[in-house]
Amino acid sequence: MAAGAGPLEQFKIKNLGDLQIGSYDISFTNSSLMMVVTVVLIAAFMIFGIRRQLMVPGRFQSLVELSFKFIEGLIDDTIGKEGRRYLPAIFTVFMFILVGNLLGMLPYQFTFTSHIIVTFVMAAVVFVLVTILAIVKHGMHFFSFFVPPGAPLYMWPLLIPIEIISYLSRPISLSVRLFANMLAGHTLIKVIAGFIPTLGIFGVAPFALVIGLTGLEILIAFLQAYVFAILTCLYINDALNLH
Amino acid sequence: MELEAAKVIGAGLAVIGVIGAGIGIGNIFSSFILAVGRNPAARGEVFTMTMLGFALVEAIALFALVIALLILFR
Repeated sequence: MAAGAGPLEQFKIKNLGDLQIGSYDISFTNSSLMMVVTVVLIAAFMIFGIRRQLMVPGRFQSLVELSFKFIEGLIDDTIGKEGRRYLPAIFTVFMFILVGNLLGMLPYQFTFTSHIIVTFVMAAVVFVLVTILAIVKHGMHFFSFFVPPGAPLYMWPLLIPIEIISYLSRPISLSVRLFANMLAGHTLIKVIAGFIPTLGIFGVAPFALVIGLTGLEILIAFLQAYVFAILTCLYINDALNLH
Repeated sequence: MELEAAKVIGAGLAVIGVIGAGIGIGNIFSSFILAVGRNPAARGEVFTMTMLGFALVEAIALFALVIALLILFR
């Protein structure tokens, strides 16, 4: 390991261009750069994939359709046909997280999903919009969501606070899950990689381990995007149907 | 120096929470294998739920890990 390059060095935010509005510091950083790259990549992928819409899709078009159909199937399984309206939102969130995670797996790249503020903003937006959706759809009846169905009356004082706390902890668990997975995975790879040069010829063993872990991390990158999407679907389902 | 030692011990104690997540993940996948063994046709549906449960349990382990990292590097 080079001097001064600790396992957490890779998450450092570097300022690429100063920008200040009022007292807010909204400088362009390497984190924002990676987000812009992610959005451009997704847009290019979708636009070039469906540029020539063929009845029998080629490889590129099938890839786009595959990713689209995947989220569509996910929504059909969890919400049902009425959930198709939310397909663009869920697909966008899924692709943003997936491409962000995968870009972070490239060597020397920055992973913006390994920062709690990025994932928390996404989770908070999901939480607030789902709550608004539920209140618009059900009005005051929404608050019956906090009463478990079939629970006897004397259990209500105990159960209602538990339900409210578990509802309010949704954005926290949603964001910390993604952020902690990315942080832990990248730190682990960096720590194991640090053993390679110090062990000399026996460094082959940690090297093989790092290769395996990289494969695992790519799986986790996909899995976490999937879990974020499926939990968003479940929350929308809760908002639409209340239990 | 004692503070440093206490930090390291505390971080070590904090990751004990991972034991529970290990038991949980083992439970989830053993149930998944049992379910698929009994009814292979239900594999796709059960797999979705398995992955969801796996992610939910793994998150708990990572909470412990984040606490340990906070203790170590703050």
